[in-house]
Amino acid sequence: MRSRNLLALALAPLIAFPLIYSSAQESPEPELKIQAFTNATIYPVSSPKIENATLLLKGDTIIAVGPSDQINIPADAQRIDATGKTIIPGLICTHSHIGSVSGADSSSPIQPEVRVLDSIDVRDTSINKARAGGITTVNLMSGSGHLLSGQTLYLKLREGNTVEDLSIKLPDGSLAYGVKMANGTNSIRDNGPFPGTRAKSAALVRQKFLEAQVYQKKRAKHLEENDLEKTFERDLALETLADILDRKRTVHHHTHRHDDILTVLRLKEEFGFKVVLHHVSEAWKVADEIAAANVPCSLIFLDSPGGKLEARDFEWRNGVELEKRGVLTALHTDDPINDSRWFLRNAAIGVRAGMSRQKSLEALTLSGAKILDLDKSVGSLEPGKQADFVLLSGDPFSIYTRILETHIEGKQVFDLEDPQDRLFAEGGYGAGHNRQATGCCFYR
Amino acid sequence: MIKFLLIALLSLTAAHGQIAVKADLLFTMTGDLKPIKNAIILCGPDGTIQAVGTDIQIPEDYQILTAKVATPGIIDAHSTVGLSGILNSPKHDQEQLEKSAPIQPELRAIDAYNGRDPLVKWLRDLGVTTVHTGHAPGTLISGQLMVVKTNVPSITSMKDTLIPASAIASTIGSKALSKSPGTRSKAIAMLRAEFLKAQARSLKIEAAKNDPEKEAPDANLKLDTLVDILTKKIPLLINAHRHQDIAAALRLREEFGFDLILDGAAEAYLLLDEIKAAKIPVIVHPTMGRPFGDMENMTFTLAAQLHKAGIPFAFQSGYETYVPKTRVVHFEAAMAAAYGLPQEAALAACTINAAKILGLADKIGSLEKGKHADLALFDGDPLETTTHTTHVIINGKLVSSTAK
Repeated sequence: MRSRNLLALALAPLIAFPLIYSSAQESPEPELKIQAFTNATIYPVSSPKIENATLLLKGDTIIAVGPSDQINIPADAQRIDATGKTIIPGLICTHSHIGSVSGADSSSPIQPEVRVLDSIDVRDTSINKARAGGITTVNLMSGSGHLLSGQTLYLKLREGNTVEDLSIKLPDGSLAYGVKMANGTNSIRDNGPFPGTRAKSAALVRQKFLEAQVYQKKRAKHLEENDLEKTFERDLALETLADILDRKRTVHHHTHRHDDILTVLRLKEEFGFKVVLHHVSEAWKVADEIAAANVPCSLIFLDSPGGKLEARDFEWRNGVELEKRGVLTALHTDDPINDSRWFLRNAAIGVRAGMSRQKSLEALTLSGAKILDLDKSVGSLEPGKQADFVLLSGDPFSIYTRILETHIEGKQVFDLEDPQDRLFAEGGYGAGHNRQATGCCFYR
Repeated sequence: MIKFLLIALLSLTAAHGQIAVKADLLFTMTGDLKPIKNAIILCGPDGTIQAVGTDIQIPEDYQILTAKVATPGIIDAHSTVGLSGILNSPKHDQEQLEKSAPIQPELRAIDAYNGRDPLVKWLRDLGVTTVHTGHAPGTLISGQLMVVKTNVPSITSMKDTLIPASAIASTIGSKALSKSPGTRSKAIAMLRAEFLKAQARSLKIEAAKNDPEKEAPDANLKLDTLVDILTKKIPLLINAHRHQDIAAALRLREEFGFDLILDGAAEAYLLLDEIKAAKIPVIVHPTMGRPFGDMENMTFTLAAQLHKAGIPFAFQSGYETYVPKTRVVHFEAAMAAAYGLPQEAALAACTINAAKILGLADKIGSLEKGKHADLALFDGDPLETTTHTTHVIINGKLVSSTAK
C-alpha cells in the first residue's frame, strides 16, 4: 500500500483532469488503470505454471496472463517488475471466524434467522492478518455449537468501512452467503432444548426441514400467483431453510466422525440440498461414500490429532484419499484454529501426506471458489476474472516463502514493506489491539 | 569357557541389532553448527554413539539406514505431552493442571505421565526423542516437570527418566488469575509470601544440620520443594508473556536468587537488554501460538531477535487446551526460520541448545562419540513442511520407520 499507491496519488490530478474534461463532452468509459506484473513465475492454477510470465490487469480485472514474450503491454500501463517472485491467485478460505464474527446465541439449537452479517467488525485486526496471509475471499461463519448457527457471509477482504463494502452481490441483488450447520459433540449439550444424542440431533434437523418443505411450497405458490392483494407472512427461519431446499444457499456442515459424515449424506439425500462437508476428520474412513454422494469437502490439516474425542482419528491423508477419488476438495483455516497467515503451510501438509501440488494449490484457490459458487469471478488467474492475486518470495509450499503483497480487484491490500502491514504480518507490539488508540495521548 | 561363550554370544546379538546411519547431510550440532556431507554414524551396543565422521568403516553386520538429512533426536524443551492426553477428556486423560490451590510445587510429573498416550507416539514418529514435560501453565505454581525419552511407556523407577524433577512450573500473568489471586499484584504478593516461608524454613534446616541441639522442621512437601528452588536444586520455570509479567519474574529472581528459566515470553522483545543482563535462558512460546490474551502482541520474529541479542533460547510445543492437542516442536522452529532465524540456529534451539537449558548437554542434543545415540532421519530439509521423517532412533534402537 505504500510507494505504488503514493505514486498513483501523485499522478491522480494529471489523470483526473482530462477525464473530467472529456466527461463534460461525452461521458465515455472512465479510463481504467492498466498494471503489468512482469517476469514472474505465475501459477494461474487453471493452467500449468508459467516461468518468466506477465500478469496484465485493467482496473479490477485480469486481461491477460502468459509468457512475458507473448503479452503485449500497452504503452500507458504501469509496469511492476516481479523478477524472482511468484504470483498465485488470491487464497480462498472456505471456513473462517475472523472479524469478531458471532451467530446463534445458545437459546435454541436451530437458528436459521441469525445472520453473521450483523456481527462482523471489518476493522478487527484478524482481517488485516488474513490479508497478510494472502487471503482475498472468505466464508465467514458462526461456530459449531448449534445444529444450525446461522447464515454465513462470503466476503472479499477489500479495504472498506462497512461489511457491505466487503460483501459480494449475487446477480439477483442479494448477498452471497451459505448456512452453517454442525453435528457431533459440539452441538450436543447436557440441557434442552439442545439435543443430548446424535439421533436426537438428526431428528431435530429433519423435523425443521419437514416444516420448511411446507413453507417452501406456500412461498412458491404465492410467488406463482403474483397476487398483490394476498399477503404472505414471512418467517425468517423457514425462509432460510426454504432457500436451502431451493438449492439457492449451500449448507456448510461441520462434521468429524465417519458416522456423523454419513448422517450428513443421508440428510442431503432426503432433502436434496447443496452441502459441503467441513473438517471431515475421518474422511479417510468413508472416502468412497463421500465420492459416491458427489459432495465436496473443505478440509483442515492440524499439527496433531485429538484435542477432542471426534478428532482422535484425524489423519493428514484425508486430502490424498479424497484426491484419489476425485472429490472436489478445498482447504480452510478455521481461524483462530489455524491462523490465516499459515494457510499456505496448511496446504504443504497436504502435499507432505501425498496430495499433488496442483490439487493442493487448487484446494487453496479454485476449489474453494467452486465450493462457494464464485468460480466465475475468482479462484484462478484467467482473463475476465477479478484481479485477486498474491506475490510470494518463492515456492508456495516452502516454509521459507514469505507473502510479499496481496491484491484484491487490482488494488493492493497488503504490502510487507509497509510498516503497519508488516506488524500485522509478523506480530509485535500493537498487533493484537483490535482498535489501537492513536492521537496525542495514547503513545507509549 | 562358559563366560567366554556368553560374552561372544552377547556381542553377536548386540552387533546384529546395531545401526549405522549414512547421511548425505549430517547436522551433528557441534562446533559452528554447520552440517557435514556424506557422513556416517555408528550406534554402539550400549546405546551411545560409537563413531561419527566421514571416514568410517561400517562393520559388516550393522543395519544400514540411509537418509538425505540426519539430525540429533529432536528435543522439546517444554511440553505437557503424556499428561495432557489426546482425548482432552477431564478426569480421564487431562493431568496437567490441578486448580484446587494456586501454589502446588509438590505435584510430581512422574506420578501422572502416560508414555502410552498416542500423542507421545505422534511426536516420536516425527523425530522428537526427548520431551521436557509435566504440569502446564495456568496457576501460580502448578507442579513439577520431568525430562523423559519418548520411547518410555511407563515410569517404573526414576531411572526411566533423564531427570525426574527438572523444573517447577510457574505462571505469572492473566492465566494464573482466578478468584484469588485476582490481580497481578496479589499474585506476586502470594508468591513472595510463600518464598519467604521457604527461606525461613531453609535457615532452620541449615541450623539443625550444624547444631544437634536444634530440631529440623517436620517434612512438608510443598515448602520443601520451594526450599529446593531457593537452594538451586531445581530451577523455577516461569511462564510470563506480557512485559510487566516478565519484569515481575526478573524481580522475583533478584529477590530470592533462584535459577530462573523464562518461558513463553511473548513480549520479551521489549526487554532484551534486561533479560540478557540477567543471564537467563528463554524457552520461547510456539511460533504458531495463537495471538490472544497475554500473547496478543506476540511476534514470529521473537526467536530471531533473541538469537541476534545473544540470549540462549530453545523452542517448545507448549500447552494447548484444544486442537491441535500437541504442537510439534521442530515445526515451530521451522516457522521461526521463515521469520529471520538462521536454519542452524533453529535446529540448535530444538537440539543442543535445548539440552543445555535442561542441563543435559553431556548426554543428548548433539551427535558426538559417547553421547546417546538419538537420531532423526529426514528425506529433505528437516524444517520444510513437505519433508518426511523417515526413521527415528533412540539409544541406538530404531523406534520408528513410518515415513511420516
